[in-house]
Amino acid sequence: MRSYATAEEATVVQLTVNGKAQNIEIDPETPVLWAVREQLGLNGTKFGCGASLCGACTVHIDGEPVRSCVTPLSEAEGKEVTTIEGLAAPDGTLHAVQQAWIKHQVPQCGYCQSGQIMSAVALLQENSDPSDADIDAAMAGNVCRCGMYTRIKAAIKTAAKEA
Amino acid sequence: MVTRAEKKAAKKARRANESFGRKWTRRSFIGAGAVAGLAASGALVVGIAIRPGDRTDELADLVTEGAEQLVTTWVKIAPDNTVTAIIPHGEMGQGIHTALSAMLAEEMEADWDAMEIMEAPAEKEFANFELGREFFFGQSNIPNALFDTVNGLMLTAAKSMDLQITGGSTSVRFTGVGAMMTAGAAARELLLEAASKQWDVPISELRAEKSYIYHGARKAPFAEFAEVAATLKPNLRPELKKRSEYKLLGQSLPRVDIPSKVDGTAIFGIDAQVEGMKYGTVMAAPVHGQSVAKLNTSDAKSMPGVVDIFNMGDYVAVVADGYWQAKQALDYVEVEWTSAETDNVNEETIFAQYAKAIETGKKTVLHKSGNVGKAMESAASLFEAEYRVPYLAHACMEPMNATAWVRDGKCDIWAGTQNPLGTRMVTAKTLEIDPENVTVHTAFMGGGFGRRATPDYTNQAAQVAAKAGVPVKLIWSREETTQQDHYRPSVLGRFRAGLDAEGLPTSWESTFVHKMDPPEASAIFYDIPNVKAQYAESPTHVRLGPWRSVDHTQHGYFTESFIDELAVNADMDGYEFRRKLLKSKPRHLKVLDTAAKMAGWGKNLPAGQAQGISITESFMTIVAEVVTVDMSGGGPRVLHVACAADAGMAINPDGFKAQMESGIIYGLTAALYGEITIADGAVEQSNFHDYSMVRMDDAPKIDVEIISSDASIGGAGEPGTPPIAPAVANAVFKATGKRIRQLPLSRHDFGAAT
Ligand code: FES
Ligand code: FES
Repeated sequence: MRSYATAEEATVVQLTVNGKAQNIEIDPETPVLWAVREQLGLNGTKFGCGASLCGACTVHIDGEPVRSCVTPLSEAEGKEVTTIEGLAAPDGTLHAVQQAWIKHQVPQCGYCQSGQIMSAVALLQENSDPSDADIDAAMAGNVCRCGMYTRIKAAIKTAAKEA
Repeated sequence: MVTRAEKKAAKKARRANESFGRKWTRRSFIGAGAVAGLAASGALVVGIAIRPGDRTDELADLVTEGAEQLVTTWVKIAPDNTVTAIIPHGEMGQGIHTALSAMLAEEMEADWDAMEIMEAPAEKEFANFELGREFFFGQSNIPNALFDTVNGLMLTAAKSMDLQITGGSTSVRFTGVGAMMTAGAAARELLLEAASKQWDVPISELRAEKSYIYHGARKAPFAEFAEVAATLKPNLRPELKKRSEYKLLGQSLPRVDIPSKVDGTAIFGIDAQVEGMKYGTVMAAPVHGQSVAKLNTSDAKSMPGVVDIFNMGDYVAVVADGYWQAKQALDYVEVEWTSAETDNVNEETIFAQYAKAIETGKKTVLHKSGNVGKAMESAASLFEAEYRVPYLAHACMEPMNATAWVRDGKCDIWAGTQNPLGTRMVTAKTLEIDPENVTVHTAFMGGGFGRRATPDYTNQAAQVAAKAGVPVKLIWSREETTQQDHYRPSVLGRFRAGLDAEGLPTSWESTFVHKMDPPEASAIFYDIPNVKAQYAESPTHVRLGPWRSVDHTQHGYFTESFIDELAVNADMDGYEFRRKLLKSKPRHLKVLDTAAKMAGWGKNLPAGQAQGISITESFMTIVAEVVTVDMSGGGPRVLHVACAADAGMAINPDGFKAQMESGIIYGLTAALYGEITIADGAVEQSNFHDYSMVRMDDAPKIDVEIISSDASIGGAGEPGTPPIAPAVANAVFKATGKRIRQLPLSRHDFGAAT
């Protein structure tokens, strides 16, 4: 693990990421997005807009979906962060949502999909049988420039059935 | 459950991923031009001279390891009988790695389940051979879409050789049919001939299946015959299968790139990891073409983590320990830009300039048949309309970025690019080093849509890394990505038709500004005897570039809106009107009829709802779309899109459908919201709050029906886009009586909800 050099503001932020305790020496204002990507090397979480407008950077903090591009690391202090890399079971079995994504061949370029999947997992944790309107409301914050909305919706329904 | 095929796909994807980090070593070459022989490394190399001046031996050094045999430019066989397809195109989600390797496997009779895929390195030898040959021999048309793309690189010389471009919906049409299938068939014939010699049996008694050669009950893997195959002369014109004989093509194979895109392991350009790298971000002159006049970096330099700040002429670059630190510091950079005439350019001046060009500028005729002037004179009546479309940004989900490392006269670039060879050539020119010393490592693209064919962002990374002296991952903010794009042009088009007594057009004249590609975008496939399509140049300082389906986006909207207006003028149903003008076009008719039938054209709809229809042909694929809109909420809400498409044959039907869905949403975003505007010379929009996207809650349900015909294979990535805007505008007219002659729809006021 690397730490940013010479930052006067740097302190050690303690948190759990995908089940593993981490001490990150960093300016605690740094967004979670850049800390997980650049400090922990977890590149599955993506940068899309940096302004909470696209959802590409969605991760879970204590099970709640958040936009990691605008969430300072200080807000994750002492909490459990889950990224796309932490979704599969320890034996590698993919989460039901990930499996449904493969079944419906959802991704095109794939860049938005970590965020889409994290939002969908959070939705299904709240609501095990979402209607079209529920899906619209929960997923409207996640842009897919490749326009795979029909497939995302179908995959969420499949995952709801099979979970 | 994840099926076996999906697991295989996952394995393939992992290998493809690994090749991103792989180092292409260049060992010493043996004599160029040989067809077969021993490479310097001692590995047996087999090549197929399917082009003049073949240098297969050199290629072998680039892509084979150990004893793997390079059987053709696009395939190699390892001693364990693994067949690897080497794909000269980037994956941006169009499923091209899957489609092209399946085309090769089909003709080669290779075992698809055991096949591996590798993206070709940026070497001239992997330039799209069919395109290159056609260019050199002047035999036929290179898709012009590619020329401007290449010109966009400021590299006229690149036209001749550097054609490793993913764009113009060419991958399947040209590389697939021209190169992959030919290479596969030639390789199969070579192996069969080798087996016939080795086993001393007539070739007619042998067959190839799933990477084995059979003679009755006897069988042996392809790899066993590679050595003998190396001594044979390949057939330059191998016999290709008939479509009815296909086993893999026409099947919906699971895409090989998908598993890595659901578990976070897919490697995009932005995920490059280079030892010791720093992070950079930039701010370029907001008015294109201007440069830094005054720069004060003292506050910014004292920010934590900042390594250095550079004045790069027309942009400023900050290099820091992390992207966020670089971005924070950039906000503290004080910069004044030079000023020029272009500071006064805005939407009004641009469209006034276009109008002047159309009225008094020099016109170039693109299409002409019959005598339009005469026909207009004798027409029972005339009909005219003027349309406008705005500039559009590509808005790739992954902001522009590249990682570069410049040292010892060499440069390595890691990036997602539609144009690896162009990237290599431009970088070499910028750094004033030999292209041999530039290595481009390609990765998945988080969207391309034409944007990643222009290597300005890779060039910046190389320039900044050269100054910094360390590897630099340069990432543009979303704002920079929006404001420093190469835009789909804004366009003004004037249309005029001469009508007979029934209201059917006997002549058609269009005059518009800008022409990129392809030239047939403004052609009319309707049965109208007298046609003239002409354009005037009217450049501004705003940078232009190819945007999904290039000129077809604006011309699809113009043509299909104008036809609809003519139908209304003639008091005819839009669908029936088009049918009357397509009597001699059975393929178009079938596509149109299919879409109409899918949507139940003419059925009763709830109050506030209406249907609109359109049909376009682009990149040899004919697509008709019928949309259902609901205006009861005030503005348009698109409920459903019925899409029928004839691309001759869909190599991967599910992948083809996904491409149509994608093209429709991309075009719908433009129709509803897409608008880049210029004020005081600069782009006004910056992020998704003011450059809106169609999202889950306003995405329509989409049904796609594929029509097979015996036509040659057409494109898939782009043809879904052009018909959607006119179909929506035509539906809106039917629901409201308001004709939309200027996009996007969000400009127009439709009153309150009913
Ligand atoms: S990158 Fe965080 S919402 Fe777009
Ligand atoms: S798959 Fe490309 S942005 Fe969603």
